[in-house]
Amino acid sequence: MREGPSAFNIASIVLGLAFLYAPIVILVAYSFNASRLVTVWGGFSMRWYVALFQDAQMLDAVWVTLRVGVLSATLATILGTLAAVALVRGGFRGRTLFAGGLYATLVMPEVILGLSLLLLFVSAGLPRGFWTVTLSHTTLTLAYATVVIQARLRTFDRRLEEAAQDLGCSPWKAFALVTLPVIAPAVAAAWMLAFTLSLDDLVIASFTSGPGATTLPMRLYSQVRLGVDPKINAVSTILIGLVATGVVAAYLIQQRTARRAALG
Amino acid sequence: MKRRGSVLAAILPLLWLAVFFVLPFMLVAKLSLSDTALAVPPYVPQMDWDQGLKGMQAFIAALDSETYVRLAKDRLYLDAYLSSLRLAGIGTGLLLLIGYPVAYGISRCPPTLRLALVMAVILPFWTSFLIRIYAWIAILKPAGVLNTALHALGLPGIDILNTEAAVLLGLVYAYLPFMVLPLYAILERQDERLIEAAQDLGSTPLSAFWRITFPLSLPGAAAGALLCFIPMAGEFVIPDLLGGSETLMLGKVIWTEFFANRDWPAASAVAIVLLATLVIPILMFERQQKKVLS
Repeated sequence: MREGPSAFNIASIVLGLAFLYAPIVILVAYSFNASRLVTVWGGFSMRWYVALFQDAQMLDAVWVTLRVGVLSATLATILGTLAAVALVRGGFRGRTLFAGGLYATLVMPEVILGLSLLLLFVSAGLPRGFWTVTLSHTTLTLAYATVVIQARLRTFDRRLEEAAQDLGCSPWKAFALVTLPVIAPAVAAAWMLAFTLSLDDLVIASFTSGPGATTLPMRLYSQVRLGVDPKINAVSTILIGLVATGVVAAYLIQQRTARRAALG
Repeated sequence: MKRRGSVLAAILPLLWLAVFFVLPFMLVAKLSLSDTALAVPPYVPQMDWDQGLKGMQAFIAALDSETYVRLAKDRLYLDAYLSSLRLAGIGTGLLLLIGYPVAYGISRCPPTLRLALVMAVILPFWTSFLIRIYAWIAILKPAGVLNTALHALGLPGIDILNTEAAVLLGLVYAYLPFMVLPLYAILERQDERLIEAAQDLGSTPLSAFWRITFPLSLPGAAAGALLCFIPMAGEFVIPDLLGGSETLMLGKVIWTEFFANRDWPAASAVAIVLLATLVIPILMFERQQKKVLS
């Protein structure tokens, strides 16, 4: 039996979480501040939210970002599922090299990835814009998606798939009808992760984007450089709210599925 | 049969990596040997495909290491290189010091609470990185939240925005989840009976921690350290927003050379140098990952 946490343990957790959350709490609080100054509380107000929804450039950037995110996350999840299958089940030559290449993209500084992708697009004569950002984000998020799906696939009982094949399924059909539904939560989690990473990326988008495809982080970055704009607090609060809702919902769904699995 | 299926599955992702990851690096390497020019794109030589083999020979003959020589002579690049490694190194050390107690604390909690706490550590990672760093500007600036609070308490204010201290704070803040999670993963799996055995044999809790728990958690610490050190060495957003013009880091140098100076060969050469430095940590990280997975 494990001993409970000591006072020191509790203090470390509380301080650690306070450090992680304090800036976010401050940001959310000031998005409702009537005053333009960060340090003066001018009363509760929604004026920055109103201003935000009248900012056409900002809304445009949100739209671009969402489209890039959905497309690149979908591509990365499909490729990531294939890569996970190959890594978990493959005994092919070059597997180590393949895994090495994937993990290298995980830790590679974004500036290097961004610059190298840009040079690729310039050499290929592709005009920079929506599609080049989407392709770049797929490359960035592919490894994350693979890692998430791979972890689930590793614990999947292959005999289920073999049973389906013994009963006359083709290998592809057995994968689609038996394996895929079982690993579906991991595939969904991989998509979410890829989508969030794409929403969040400034550096790679700045390198590989062109006119007409300014993403939200690019827009925010240029605003931040100009000085503090309370509208940024408002847009951040909306983003934080959306993400927190999504993550907590995913967690609850997973808990319920796990409980149901434990009962059945 | 099974093998063939997995080879087929590998084809598309492999092709993707070859085209969008390996090939671009070769282009960076090539460009670092080129010269800047007032042209679109802003470098020479350009490959003349119509000339065939002769064009290729002329192209290769025009490549040289001039850019590297230029960078080596300029004190600025060396300074940026050293301070990148120094800040990433100190940042990793601080992360270990701060992340370890948090990860250890979580691993001591009852299982249901543990899961919720891990979620709480991950959640900020899902919210925009840029926004979280931006929030620190509002906190740290001279008339910001921190100083207002300090003054209210009758304490002297501190002015660390646009210094290396602010960059370190930002690094620790942004990368803390990446340190806590691998540490937690290994601490949580540890066999509790080892500690009980040590205590049965007369060891105090503290010495049981130092002689059993801590050494066994070192692979997790190594994984966390590498996971943080490598991207931090090339970090751009944090030194740019929190470090002001004082702090030089390679990620920022690449950005400036590319966007402000339009010196693509210099940006490429700096990227190659950074990459060459990170190759060993990256290989170490991969060996670690393979061990964890097998």
